Amino acid sequence: MRELWFAIVAVMFTAYVVLDGYDLGAGALHLFVARTGDERRHVLAAVGPFWDANEVWLLAAGGALFVAFPRVLAAGLSGFYLAIFLVIWCLVLRAVAIEFRSHVADDLWRHFWDVVFAVASALLAILFGAAIGNVIRGLPLDRDGWFALTLFTSFGTAPPVGILDWYTVLTGVFALVALVGHGAVFLVWRTGGAVAERARRVAGVAFAVLAVLWVVVTAATAAVNPELFGALGHRPLAWLGLLLAVGGLATVITGIRGNRPLASFLGSSAWIAGMLIATAACLFPVLLRAIPDPGLSITVANGGNTAEGLRPALGWWAVGFPIALVYFVVLFRIHRGKAVAAREGEGY
Amino acid sequence: MNPVFWHRFQFAFTATYHYLFPQLTMGLALLIFVMKTLGRRPGGEAWNDAARFWIRIFGINFALGVVTGIPMEFQFGTNWAAFSRYAGSVIGNTLGMEGLFAFFLESSFLAVLVWGERRVGPRGHWLASLALFVGSWLSGYFIVTTNAFLQHPTGYALAPDGTLALADFWAFLFNPWAIAEYAHTMIASVVTAAFVVAAVGAYYLLRGAHAEAARRFLRIGVVAGLLASVVVAFPTGDRQAKLVARWRPVALAAMEGRFESGPYAAITLIGQPDVAEQRMDNPVRVRGILSFLAFGTFHSDVPGLSAFPADQWPDNIELLYYAFHIMAGLGTLLILLSGLAAVQLARGRLERSRPLLWALMLAFPFPYIATTAGWLTAELGRQPWLVAGLYRTQEGVSPLVHSGTALFTTIGFAGLYVVLGILFVFLIGREIAHGPAAGREASHA
Repeated sequence: MRELWFAIVAVMFTAYVVLDGYDLGAGALHLFVARTGDERRHVLAAVGPFWDANEVWLLAAGGALFVAFPRVLAAGLSGFYLAIFLVIWCLVLRAVAIEFRSHVADDLWRHFWDVVFAVASALLAILFGAAIGNVIRGLPLDRDGWFALTLFTSFGTAPPVGILDWYTVLTGVFALVALVGHGAVFLVWRTGGAVAERARRVAGVAFAVLAVLWVVVTAATAAVNPELFGALGHRPLAWLGLLLAVGGLATVITGIRGNRPLASFLGSSAWIAGMLIATAACLFPVLLRAIPDPGLSITVANGGNTAEGLRPALGWWAVGFPIALVYFVVLFRIHRGKAVAAREGEGY
Repeated sequence: MNPVFWHRFQFAFTATYHYLFPQLTMGLALLIFVMKTLGRRPGGEAWNDAARFWIRIFGINFALGVVTGIPMEFQFGTNWAAFSRYAGSVIGNTLGMEGLFAFFLESSFLAVLVWGERRVGPRGHWLASLALFVGSWLSGYFIVTTNAFLQHPTGYALAPDGTLALADFWAFLFNPWAIAEYAHTMIASVVTAAFVVAAVGAYYLLRGAHAEAARRFLRIGVVAGLLASVVVAFPTGDRQAKLVARWRPVALAAMEGRFESGPYAAITLIGQPDVAEQRMDNPVRVRGILSFLAFGTFHSDVPGLSAFPADQWPDNIELLYYAFHIMAGLGTLLILLSGLAAVQLARGRLERSRPLLWALMLAFPFPYIATTAGWLTAELGRQPWLVAGLYRTQEGVSPLVHSGTALFTTIGFAGLYVVLGILFVFLIGREIAHGPAAGREASHA
């Protein structure tokens, strides 16, 4: 049962990164691909109806983590305290930027919120990447299952570590490039004209950089957490994830060249999902890896809830999850076809 | 300073601020759904125009409710980590269900409601208003149930490691306290929405602008305001008070500033509690009423604070006492005002009763204050416990987050929320100045 909940939590966080990932990426790059007021509205028309529902995946995944592994949620959120508040403030400002930007037809007002949207989106991508980096590197958990990290120490990966070190900054940048690429192929698919053309060029560069960075990050990961790759030998699911990632990346790169926007977007989604699935499968059963003493790690066995306690939760999850998927299908059906920039006072 | 203080201060501040927005949007979601439903009848197009105006107000409030709600979700883990570990196996259920059942519904159809009328047509738009109503009221249930567990825990067991485990899911989900608290809370949100709708209607009539829409706002606002402000007192508020009397008698004693026990307990209408001397200064009291409200008979014995050990007393009795009295006092005032307005409305004289229109226009902050005071009553009355009778508040804070960090983020929220408040006033002011008549077609330049 707890193993199943590990999978549920992993699936929901993956869904979050794939879905909110494209609007984070679109936000991070929109200043560059959309230059005029109309073009900015074109980007907002593409992400506006979706961003909020996408972001709910983060809260829903957090809720699943809360009920299944309360010790992980408690240790993680309090241990990353300052980084979490940066995340919160970015989420708040970004939402305000998207929702209120078009309420006032004034160039200064709109330019201000466009910059807020871009900076908050980019910072969130980096912070989420750094969070994954922290989980892979390991955390200084004490005997009671707590840790407290400052934002930075010496930027080295040996204790005492900070939230940001060379490795987690690298994974943060990796995440930013991945989501910028993801956002770019989304914009190619959902918009048209000048925005789509510029986004196509950004996507080409982003995925080329990403392929190189992938090699660098893999080498760095092997140095920081060698056990992670040790697990690969007996985790068929991790191989499946890697296969999905490689296939996805190949699809994006050929899709961008061959001008197949939907295939590129799906390929990019597969790439992100595959990477996260492979990482989760290799980390399993560990949720928070302890350094220097791995015996203090929080795993599915000591994450907090019990198999018996999770039975009712599986019941409501099994009812609620398909309903959430139906909403997404309806949402996509309502907004099918290319996004069109809204006229003044009629949309994002 | 003790970190517990800053953690409590931050949660109280962010929660109070957050709830300024949902209390309007939950009630307004119901009223918008009513307007959209009336708008679907033949000749009901004017109701549709009214709905369009309120959907714009709703959209701004909803966005602020979302962005100020996000920190609340995180704060369980960031600031109250020990509590999250202690109770996560239980309350993680309702918080997880809120995301899955309520937030997805609201977030998927918000943009459809606010911007998508042309795209989805009249029926689709009506459905979107239903989705937002159902979603926001479901969300309310899950969060109130979470709070009710803290007030009166049900359906739990103690796990071997000293944390809480879920023993009976249905007993937890349908906690009798949750049902009473939910009814009281949701009806209170209708009071807020109704008074805001009526206030805007009164404002337009007094200015002689948008008269047609303003009459509609007044009609729906006054009728809903009267119904809701009566129901929020009786039966829902009454039921809530009886539950407090039964399960948390020490909280009731503190709410009333009652130090000594005894029969024919008086209600204190006004007075200043002196906790150090254990007496009420300058009291204006009505004998027997508290006994009646708490237990249904005038002679019932209502215990005072002296009947309980001091370490069980709420730790801010003065504020708790004032919060409760402000809520009850303003609630009474709102019944009187909406009652008077309803009488004049029925006689067809409301439009010409300018003093009454002035009162309606200026009364809109009162439901906000009453609701905030109501939550202060609930939360201060729960002290010194985080989970009543089981777990003390100071046990719940994150063990490794020190005062310097907690104050840093508190100051950060204060700054951010000042900016949000200014934005809110500016945007809502523009919408109200712009008015309803121009509707969807107009440019907002």
